[in-house]
Amino acid sequence: MNQLIVTPSALIFALALVAVAFFISLKEKIGLEKDLIVGVIRAVIQLTVVGYVLTYIIRVNHVWLTLLMVAIIVFNAAWNARGRARGIPYAFIISLLAITVATGVTIGLLLLANAIAFIPSQIVPISGMIASNAMVAIGLAYRSLNGQFHDKRQGLLEKLALGATRYQTAIDVVREAIRTGMSPTIDSAKTVGLVSLPGMMSGLIFAGVDPTKAIMYQIMVTFMLMAATSIGSTIACYLAYPQFFNANLQLRTMKP
Amino acid sequence: MAEAIFDLQDVGLTVPQRTLLAHISFKVAPGEFVTITGPSGSGKSTLLLLLATLLTPTAGQIIFAGKSQQDYEKTTYRRLVSYCYQQPSLFGDTVADNLAFPFQIRHEKVDRDRMIAALAEVNLPADMLTKPITELSGGERQRVALIRNLIFTPKVLLLDEITTGLDAATKDTVHQVMANFTKQGVTIITVTHDESELAAADRLITITAGRMEVTA
Repeated sequence: MNQLIVTPSALIFALALVAVAFFISLKEKIGLEKDLIVGVIRAVIQLTVVGYVLTYIIRVNHVWLTLLMVAIIVFNAAWNARGRARGIPYAFIISLLAITVATGVTIGLLLLANAIAFIPSQIVPISGMIASNAMVAIGLAYRSLNGQFHDKRQGLLEKLALGATRYQTAIDVVREAIRTGMSPTIDSAKTVGLVSLPGMMSGLIFAGVDPTKAIMYQIMVTFMLMAATSIGSTIACYLAYPQFFNANLQLRTMKP
Repeated sequence: MAEAIFDLQDVGLTVPQRTLLAHISFKVAPGEFVTITGPSGSGKSTLLLLLATLLTPTAGQIIFAGKSQQDYEKTTYRRLVSYCYQQPSLFGDTVADNLAFPFQIRHEKVDRDRMIAALAEVNLPADMLTKPITELSGGERQRVALIRNLIFTPKVLLLDEITTGLDAATKDTVHQVMANFTKQGVTIITVTHDESELAAADRLITITAGRMEVTA
């Protein structure tokens, strides 16, 4: 097997690529120089720390430590999804619940099917993939809910005036938001292998694993992400839409 | 007066730093045709929204058919007291989607014949059902919205300047529908500046700067 070695000096050379982006930003007055620098510094620090933490967790191989790591991932994903909720009450709790269930159910099924083993080197990266995809899906779904409750406000008011329940008023909006949340996962499933060679598969091939085995893992990941994003965005949307109504079955005023 | 269908008792609405309505008290008898009038921004539409439970009073109370508004299940109440917006928005894709909605929210089978009969009442042809809502004229939209409120006959109809901007013929059709429902005993409360509606009303209530003037 060819060992893949990235030396610190190779990384420094890779940094030259950031310099290209920095130069373009400066020359074209895009104004992203500060963000680029912050991004680079954060990526280096965060990934280095996570690298050491993962090494430790994998070496110790302790159930509670693994679960703690998963909990931290899920917590961070929920916190980030909440950032997209712009004024939806209880968005953090809703996101936490949605991402926890999405991650729990998906990993549970994979464990039951013996597709993965409960060892930190598998559980932690898989949780990360699921939680981050669920996070993106939920964030998009929140944005769609906020946008639709703003743009379709008059129509929703009329449904209420006609005597519709909260559910009857909002169901079309909820369906559209779930669709929006899931669409990136579905789109990428359609183009996987044609446009993108996903990170996990590429990583395995890089590391010398037989491409056919790497592909089987990638197929599993694709299915797993479809399940996770649908569970996550469905739970989040169903828990979030009632927040747009008050106790008198009227629409709350929220910022778009 | 027979037992009032509406009894407003010192009703007021205050939003942060602004009083929109204050000390509004009047009764409406079943089957009465009441018109609320007054200058723009005086709170007429707000009052109609309060009657529809689409806003909630911050003072006083509104009694509907002997029971406080607050004691009704909101969906039940709004099916009895039907509110029609000044500039209605149609939803879904076609006219049929809009007329089917009242059936769907009541978990009833969609009755195509009833939808066609309702269209005929406002001088719209049966083939209008399949017409995309984007292809309707202003007058057609307003009439479709009106029958969406009327396909199940309510006890009270609240109409917020629904004839504003309509051509004379469409206005006449709408007035005819209103007259028919009054005959059936439906109470109608309108906000309007239209002379003929003002003339047809049993009673005028004038609101100026959020307060009632002596009833004419």
